Amino acid sequence: MTNNQLTENGQLRHFLTIEGLKRPLLTEIMDRAEQFSSISHQQVKKVPLLRGKTIVNLFFENSTRTRTTFELAAKRLSADVMNLNISTSATSKGESLLDTLHNLESMHSDMFVVRHNQSGAAEFIAQHVAPHVSVINAGDGCHAHPTQAMLDMFTIRRHKHHFPDLRVAIVGDILHSRVARSQIQALAILGVGEIRVIGPKTLLPTDCQSLGVHVYHDMQEGLQDVDVVIMLRLQHERMQGALLPSAREYYKSYGLTQEKLSFAKPDAIVMHPGPINRGVEIASTVADGPQSVILEQVTHGIAVRMAVMSMTLGSQSEQEGQA
Amino acid sequence: MTTATDIHTLLQTMADEIRQQLGDKKPLLVGIHTGGIWVAKALSELLGADFFDAPLGTLNIAYYRDDFTRIGMHPQVAPSDLPFHVDDRHLLLVDDVLHSGRTVRAALNELFDYGRPASVTLAVLIEREEGHELPIHADITGQSISLSADQQIKLSNNDGLQLEIISSGSHE
Repeated sequence: MTNNQLTENGQLRHFLTIEGLKRPLLTEIMDRAEQFSSISHQQVKKVPLLRGKTIVNLFFENSTRTRTTFELAAKRLSADVMNLNISTSATSKGESLLDTLHNLESMHSDMFVVRHNQSGAAEFIAQHVAPHVSVINAGDGCHAHPTQAMLDMFTIRRHKHHFPDLRVAIVGDILHSRVARSQIQALAILGVGEIRVIGPKTLLPTDCQSLGVHVYHDMQEGLQDVDVVIMLRLQHERMQGALLPSAREYYKSYGLTQEKLSFAKPDAIVMHPGPINRGVEIASTVADGPQSVILEQVTHGIAVRMAVMSMTLGSQSEQEGQA
Repeated sequence: MTTATDIHTLLQTMADEIRQQLGDKKPLLVGIHTGGIWVAKALSELLGADFFDAPLGTLNIAYYRDDFTRIGMHPQVAPSDLPFHVDDRHLLLVDDVLHSGRTVRAALNELFDYGRPASVTLAVLIEREEGHELPIHADITGQSISLSADQQIKLSNNDGLQLEIISSGSHE
């Protein structure tokens, strides 16, 4: 089912999940992103590639970073962008979602960038759109956030080059994190030497081992000799589910302080998908420190999203060209 | 077809012409991927290290093409790299073959996204006499040739530059 996102030639038609993709495709996304980052050296930071295409940011869940970088990516490719923030609370998913969709299709949209709090929403939309429309998943429930994972891979590659030599630790609420799920898949496809997850038992999925990762409950052990530390946001809403005692308690055990970071390799990089909770999962001295690449991740998000948008819309042209 | 020595003669003709037209202008050199860069490098060697005011700039026009909606993304080549400011400078834009003019159109659009040059001079190794689709002609040409529409001329670079004519209708 996941490879609905590929054309017959193996090109990206939609970008819904990392799962099931092959290493050359992930490498192509990063290589193209590398090319698009050179556009920021131009006086006019724009290329005419997607001129005349209409891209709709369809956000059923709040987001600042992801939506603005998608918007900026589309604009740097010269596409026209519409931002729709739709509150889910009032709508019952099924029919009303499809109605919204068909209305937007009638406006000759070429791409939907979808964020939704329900897992599988982007895939559902991809199954129901007209054949000329591409769908990009900008985060669905606890399922996937593939462009975030790719910008993280891009950031790692910029600093560390060779994936098989790396030891990467992901810290925090793995259970509810679509980012972590997509990251783990991408790291595995790219052949990373060792993937570790670190967190309290209540926030790790029970099937962790089957994902091919090593599980740690202690920061000192888990961070030993790692090259990359990926911190996840502690979602406050989880506190109410009795999964955690308190933010203070969590910080004591799993908050990334300079002291805990010293267990990692001296040149380890620290990443975080944002937004960061200072003093909850990460200390300010680390977030703003020399090993942090958190703001670079944001910058890289633009180039990676440009790559994915142009590849998906490009595969559409290819099909039309052949027809 | 054209042998290595012939290409050298063509390049020398071009270099002489460039010196005459741009000699007092401290020009900047820009090659279009991939063949244009080979020609630009060869010209730069002939003209000497001091002729151009900065290292060679390269253009990857993939994102400025006019056929994205028809054929999608092109294979990847290295990104554009202009190691200088183009504002108020005289540019020498170099490509291997000028045919329809669409590549040069894309290259000009891209150059102007980097700034406002004082002038752009176009130099090509080969200008095809037929098949122009835009009002674009070279200022400096190694050689003009006449080919039929089903023929292609291609520059390759294995142990030196070589030109080859490929006929899509030929059976060998």
